[in-house]
Amino acid sequence: MLKIENLHVAYGGIQALRGISLEVPDGKIVTLIGANGAGKSTTLRTITGLVKAASGSIQWNGEELLGKSIDKIVTSGIAMSPEGRRVFPDMTVLENLKIGAYLRKDKEGVAKDLQWVYDLFPRLKEREWQLAGTLSGGEQQMLAVGRALMSRPKLLLLDEPSLGLAPLVVQDIFSIIREINRQGVTVLLIEQNANMALKIADLAYVLETGNITMSGTGAELLADEKVKEAYLGKRRK
Amino acid sequence: MQQILPYIINGISVGGQYALIAIGYTLVYGILRLINFAHGDVFMVAGLVMVYATTAMPIYAAVPLVLVVTVALGFVIERAAYKPLRTAPRMSVMISAIGVSYLIQNLAFYVTGGVPQPVTNPIPWISENVEILGASTKRVTLVTPALTIVLVIALVYLINHTKIGMAMRAAAKDFETAQLMGIKINAVISMTFVIGSFLAAVGAMLYFTNYPSVAITSGGMPGLKAFVAAVFGGIGSIPGAVVGAFIIGLCEELIKGVGYTTFSDAFTFALLIVVLCVKPTGLFGEKVTDKV
Repeated sequence: MLKIENLHVAYGGIQALRGISLEVPDGKIVTLIGANGAGKSTTLRTITGLVKAASGSIQWNGEELLGKSIDKIVTSGIAMSPEGRRVFPDMTVLENLKIGAYLRKDKEGVAKDLQWVYDLFPRLKEREWQLAGTLSGGEQQMLAVGRALMSRPKLLLLDEPSLGLAPLVVQDIFSIIREINRQGVTVLLIEQNANMALKIADLAYVLETGNITMSGTGAELLADEKVKEAYLGKRRK
Repeated sequence: MQQILPYIINGISVGGQYALIAIGYTLVYGILRLINFAHGDVFMVAGLVMVYATTAMPIYAAVPLVLVVTVALGFVIERAAYKPLRTAPRMSVMISAIGVSYLIQNLAFYVTGGVPQPVTNPIPWISENVEILGASTKRVTLVTPALTIVLVIALVYLINHTKIGMAMRAAAKDFETAQLMGIKINAVISMTFVIGSFLAAVGAMLYFTNYPSVAITSGGMPGLKAFVAAVFGGIGSIPGAVVGAFIIGLCEELIKGVGYTTFSDAFTFALLIVVLCVKPTGLFGEKVTDKV
């Protein structure tokens, strides 16, 4: 279980997170929704170690993550698919997947997981030798998720996986996220597409200018009038 | 033809020397977007260490020592002068590089007393004279391009087919995502300085075999020429640096061959201006896209 307590993060004088606390129980899909600049990405980037926290704690299975180096955090079983996909455009699809397993020494396990990723995303298998830069947006997103899975994470962090993708492709991606979760990977998902995110989430948090203002199951928040108005684009009757 | 041939052979050899230095510029630029102005001075230090080492010990110990000292120097420069500025604006790192360049020259001045150090015990086998197609030259002239090609092939293999090479390519594209894969960015950056300094050390040993002495400013000209070669080939590209270096080496020597020795240096720098005006990305350069 991932447990964040009273986490403060500041960038150059601007408070990005003002003491948030949240929990990501094992085996669940948890989502963090909120507007642009609410601090969603900052939360994920602090978990991975890309951003340093000012104070607070992030416990991962009882171990403190703050202050650990990024590679230690990856080895401990946390992987992220970053916002905007960020695949390596000059590398082939296969190389992108292999680099996801950069820290792993068990060759057989890596070969097995490569097969696993290809089973989840058959499209990537077809495009194995293609340069990642030539893939479509949806395929690049699949590659970014597949690359994160190659480290065999227990917790998968997804930063805006639906960004800039056609609605049908978004459907695909979300059904695969569900499938990945069903196979035992805990998912922490942040999304602007609150509707989609809440539909698949077991647990959801609403983040507003660095504070968590609401939490509940995905279904509860979907039905909540304030959430509907602010994030789902529906008027109050 | 018989008259021009020695110049062609020389040109290829000079090109090889430039290539070995140019790769150091291009590798570091590829990953840090930094012109490492201290690189020519690292090359000079390698020459000085060679002079001292070959007088003090047998050749089989001297050559490895030159390589080790130069590699260590490159590593220390990065850790001391560039790593603390990792998040600083690029201009700060460049100024630091210029500072390092002067620091090394002054340290060399202190050690040598400003007197050019004569190459009294050149590396034996390669400094012997051989005859090729009627022209007499030192064996190093023939060894240089061959060794350069072998090292370049080894380097390209390292970059394209090994794990550390994959990490270098990933870091060159996107620091942050590379880190998310668990790649230790500082180790990768150190590696590029180690490789660049190693090649500069090899280049220095070949280069100074042809020269009577090593002065504290000896790194300046070959360093600048190699830099022009890297820009001409497209900075950041290894094949670019190699091709650029061979073209510049050949052109310089051919210009000398037709009797315009005075203009051979001017040609190289005129070429730099033309390249920067006409095709700033060079022969094989990538399109300029800023890291997002």
